[in-house]
Amino acid sequence: MVTYKLPHKEFNEALKSGKLMGFKCNSCGAYTCPPKINCNECASMDMEVVEFKGRAEIKSYTIIRVSPEGFESEVPYIVALAQLEEGPNLVGNLVGVDPDKVTDEIIGIKVKIGWKPAPPEVKYCGPIGKDGKIKPEMVAITFSLM
Amino acid sequence: MRKVAIMGVGMTKFGPTEKSQVELFAEAAMEAINASNIKTKDVQALFLGNGLGDFEEGQLNLAGFCANELGLPPETTAMRFEGACASASVAIRNAFLLVASGAYDIVVAGGTERAFSMGTSLATRTFAMGTDSKYEEFSGLTFPGVFAMLAHLYANKYNIPLPKLKERMAMVAVKNHKNGAKNPLAQFQKEITVETVLKGFVVADPLQLFDCCPFSDGGAAVVITTDEIAKKHVEKPVYILGAGQGSAGSLCRQKDYTIMPSRIASAKQAYKMAGVGPKDINMAEVHDCFTIAEIVLLENLGFYDFGTASEAVEKGETEIGGKIAINPSGGLKAKGHPVGATGAAQVYEIVKQLRGECGARQVENAKIGMTDTLGGDAGTIVNLILGIQK
Repeated sequence: MVTYKLPHKEFNEALKSGKLMGFKCNSCGAYTCPPKINCNECASMDMEVVEFKGRAEIKSYTIIRVSPEGFESEVPYIVALAQLEEGPNLVGNLVGVDPDKVTDEIIGIKVKIGWKPAPPEVKYCGPIGKDGKIKPEMVAITFSLM
Repeated sequence: MRKVAIMGVGMTKFGPTEKSQVELFAEAAMEAINASNIKTKDVQALFLGNGLGDFEEGQLNLAGFCANELGLPPETTAMRFEGACASASVAIRNAFLLVASGAYDIVVAGGTERAFSMGTSLATRTFAMGTDSKYEEFSGLTFPGVFAMLAHLYANKYNIPLPKLKERMAMVAVKNHKNGAKNPLAQFQKEITVETVLKGFVVADPLQLFDCCPFSDGGAAVVITTDEIAKKHVEKPVYILGAGQGSAGSLCRQKDYTIMPSRIASAKQAYKMAGVGPKDINMAEVHDCFTIAEIVLLENLGFYDFGTASEAVEKGETEIGGKIAINPSGGLKAKGHPVGATGAAQVYEIVKQLRGECGARQVENAKIGMTDTLGGDAGTIVNLILGIQK
């Protein structure tokens, strides 16, 4: 029997308590985050759950001005791709920065990882509860300036 | 493996319609069946690409409904294939493999979609289901957003000033609209200028409206069979010389996605099977869902060195009559992008081009054509290489 060591629910609950969790591979030394059943680099299952430093660097970004259904109240908002100090990339919202003033100079900026709840109007996203609503543990990853 | 050929092809006009997905597919498939000079009872399997039929019409199990609509016999295998925007190409590749292996002799493959009908908000939301719904969707990431981030990555990596890159991206849209203006089945049959693109409203910075393909409705289908059967029914069979498919995970797993390993792997398989290389390809129908996407894929398919494709676009090398004609149909940008049908429409164009039936947008002396279809954020990639000689 194979047991998922860090299912998304536990990952997100840890994130909400201020901890970014993931794996360190005992075979190749690489880090995997968000979690997977095996190492993102070498597919080994010999990994241990570790807490990440929660710091990253912005690699790319965009300012969303035409949103999906459910995100209308958030527009404009910034989605960014950031690389964690341990190596893996994350996709999340860059917060605390005015979307109308952000420029390419944001690329390379150091950020810390956090979270924000999904907008209440969002539907058909992630695992859905019996009440038809998004489960409370489902959140967006955020990046904020250090 | 048996030699595999395409007989008839069919497609509807792309763009807004009141027709249902079954009706759209039925029109395209009957055109393909009639052009193949066969009867519906000769078809043994129907492989249907469809992305979001459930959300568009509340309809699941579309393949069976399509088979019955066409009057295919009850023993017909009918299946839906879903690989986001690459759905029809996945269906066609599987049809190719199963005809090659001897499992079936005649298969109708294609796709159908009514994305336009959903409206921008729901369509943007449902298309975004192609991204990771556990770890990425809650950021409100959209597909324009995925490719907008790609544009920033590309500009930074190759030190191309963003205004310069944006001008070259605009030229991709201008070229594809120029080609689409000559395609009576295209959603947009109107030429535009670089200024048109640069004046559009911002969808996801730095992508503006004309950097993005539209939401579309439409159907497309092809009949796939053996070399021997094809020669008995049609004058000019078009051969499937090579096929490849690759896969990838969430955007965050892909690191620097100016280089997409799933696309490179897929193209490599197709080239190897066909026994050709990028230099042998005369024209290609490729996945220009966004202008930057066309630039990046030209490099991933090996047509240009990394970092150089935007300059090639500026020089006009990708025009009809240029070094390699890219998207002579108008591409997703001008022809339209009814997700589940897109790959089949790409094959439709290459087949028509190889047969010399494209009129004002004909690519002269084309012997080998290629298709490239991307699903999600490169989660599914399919490449097909077609030729008029075996």
